[in-house]
Amino acid sequence: MKDLFAELRASIAATLLLAVLCCGIYPAVVWGIAQVVFPGKANGSLVKVDGKVAGSSLLGQGFTAPKYFHPRPSAAGQGYDAAGSSGTNLGPTSRKLIGDVQQRVADYRTENGLPPDALVPVDAVTSSASGLDPHISPANANLQAGRVASARGIPKEEVLRKIRAHTEGRYLGILGEPRVNVLTLNLSLDGKL
Amino acid sequence: MDLYGWMQLALFLGLLLLVTRPMGVYLYRVLDPEGKTFLDPVLKPVERLIYRLMRVDPRSEQDWKRYAVSLLMFSLVGTVFTYAVLRLQHLLQLNPQRVGPVSEHLAFNTAVSFVSNTNWQSYGGESTMSYLSQMVALAFHNFVSAASGIAVAAALVRGIARHTAKTVGNFLVDLVRATLYLLLPLCLLYALFLVSQGMIQNFKPYETARLVEPTAEKTQIIVQGPMASQVAIKMLGTNGGGYTNANAAHPYENPTPLTNFLQIFSIFLIPSGLTYYLGKMVKNRKHGWSVWGAMAVLFLAGVLLCWWAEGAGNPRLHALGVDPAGGNMEGKEVRFGIFASALFATVTTDASCGAVNSMHDSFTPLGGLVPLLNMHLGEVVFGGVGTGLYGMLVFVILTVFLAGLMVGRTPEYLGKKIDSYDVKVSAIAVLLLIFDIMVFTAWAVVSDWGLAGRSNAGPHGFSEILYAFSSATANNGSAFAGLTANTWWYNTTLAFAMLIGRFFFIVPVLALAGNMAKKKVVPESGGSFPVSGVTFVLLLVGTVLIVGVLSFFPAISLGPIVEHFLMVRSNAIF
Repeated sequence: MKDLFAELRASIAATLLLAVLCCGIYPAVVWGIAQVVFPGKANGSLVKVDGKVAGSSLLGQGFTAPKYFHPRPSAAGQGYDAAGSSGTNLGPTSRKLIGDVQQRVADYRTENGLPPDALVPVDAVTSSASGLDPHISPANANLQAGRVASARGIPKEEVLRKIRAHTEGRYLGILGEPRVNVLTLNLSLDGKL
Repeated sequence: MDLYGWMQLALFLGLLLLVTRPMGVYLYRVLDPEGKTFLDPVLKPVERLIYRLMRVDPRSEQDWKRYAVSLLMFSLVGTVFTYAVLRLQHLLQLNPQRVGPVSEHLAFNTAVSFVSNTNWQSYGGESTMSYLSQMVALAFHNFVSAASGIAVAAALVRGIARHTAKTVGNFLVDLVRATLYLLLPLCLLYALFLVSQGMIQNFKPYETARLVEPTAEKTQIIVQGPMASQVAIKMLGTNGGGYTNANAAHPYENPTPLTNFLQIFSIFLIPSGLTYYLGKMVKNRKHGWSVWGAMAVLFLAGVLLCWWAEGAGNPRLHALGVDPAGGNMEGKEVRFGIFASALFATVTTDASCGAVNSMHDSFTPLGGLVPLLNMHLGEVVFGGVGTGLYGMLVFVILTVFLAGLMVGRTPEYLGKKIDSYDVKVSAIAVLLLIFDIMVFTAWAVVSDWGLAGRSNAGPHGFSEILYAFSSATANNGSAFAGLTANTWWYNTTLAFAMLIGRFFFIVPVLALAGNMAKKKVVPESGGSFPVSGVTFVLLLVGTVLIVGVLSFFPAISLGPIVEHFLMVRSNAIF
């Protein structure tokens, strides 16, 4: 019994001491250095328009107007809720998933003036894991370029050039996938970046 | 299966091979109470101070029972600590979003979940937890549950390496040294790197952005908080509890392909090093590398199947006009794509991590089978920090025993005779986990509370329930996340599944350590079974597969396998 009491005492001491180190000093040191060396990133990579926060370059935002590039479907809250990240969690034989994708494929073809048998890029009609995916595939962006150009009354060439400027490649040519940031691309089309 | 995927896979495995030895050598020093490290000038005084305040003599050792009591007592104190902070978070500091107290059953589930290194989450972090709860109640266990796992692995390895010994080490000393010399310094560097890539680390309230194209919503509320310090240990300690609901799929929690690669890599870093630690401790490096080899074989098998299945995509969607070239992107992020999502899913369940960068619930049936089966194999493929090694060593004992049966000799492991006690405790450890998963799943699928949680119907709904109890028992923490688990019944049953999975495995393992330490060493003879080389690797892989697959084949047939055939051979939808 005396042994158990000693164990309890030591366990409580260990809990408190390690909590001070791991939950007090450690995050505070990371915070201090991060705020001095990487203040923009540590505070969310926020994008400002006219001095007001318009979003984060890392987080997707909903766009529906023809003059904007459209992001992927989102399952976060009512769509792109950046305080409630979520995927659909629908399985591959889900009635809802298959119905939703059927509708999105039809809409995508209509919006972008594609023939009824055109293949649609998979990222354009499926929801991301976070519901906040800031990116679309270059193939998806290129298919939307014609619609964006005619809605804005500018040459398609110019839009394609903007897409290329906002396309990130694989890291070191190996890691990840090529991708286009929808928010920064749209802001740059608006001349606000 | 494109060239870029193969290049990423080669890079991953190559780097892992490269760091195994240095990591193992460092672990060897950290886990020796007298060991010297380059951090001694800074940390030695801190270490001494901690021992003094705990009133623990770092030179005193414990037998296995005392070691187990220390571990259980420390875990109990930690559970109460976390439960209290979660219940009282609305009264405490660092709660700019003014989130309320966590409900009783959710707080119990969450406390158990983090103590057991599971990090199963019945909640969404950004909507439920204050900054203080994230940083103190949860991240505390990210450190110490990982360190406890390493401690148990060290105790078992000491038991194997020693002979005619009574003790297996001192739990609190192992705990303190693993935290102080290994986890904290690595996390500090890692967290800063993560911030440099875009991960947040602040204490500001959530940001409000004015939408560029206002629709029904005019603003976007953006999550903030001390994320990087928590994510570093979440990956390195194979905890996996996400700061946000979407875990490592959230762009803040995993901003770039580089952070993604390193997050996957950091899951395997310590477990891989521990295999070298084993070889060095038992003075048979080939044995350590053979265990590494068996793990690598199982890892490759999993990642290749998952990658292939996800790359092949969902034929039901292809029939609607979706380009098959893109694979299955439902529940995946564009910046990671198919390969890096399949790699993450495989590694996070090879180990007991459970972080996710894609939603496993939306994987193809065979793609989702890989994480499920990985957990059924006991997460011994590199595995969780510490837990992977001691889990695999249990399988090594069983392998040696089976090999002994086949040739009709008394089984020996590294010069020690394996007796019925060793085989019994190993079998108990393995069977309890199987029992835990099966019984809880069976209970849930015949109960209203169990069936009510499903978000998908048909075989996929069964998979969601099976996955939940597999994840809880294996202390993984990933989910087929459509399952609504934040109910009294699920929170309570999952909590017990986690407790059994953690502590009913650790205690037999420590008993094994104690029994191994007692034994005398007999000289090796020509008849001794070699525990290195190709034959041993294949036998070990075979044992792991036979135990796991045979036990769970009926269950996975009802879930992913039948779903696969329904997907490719029928038009059934659910």
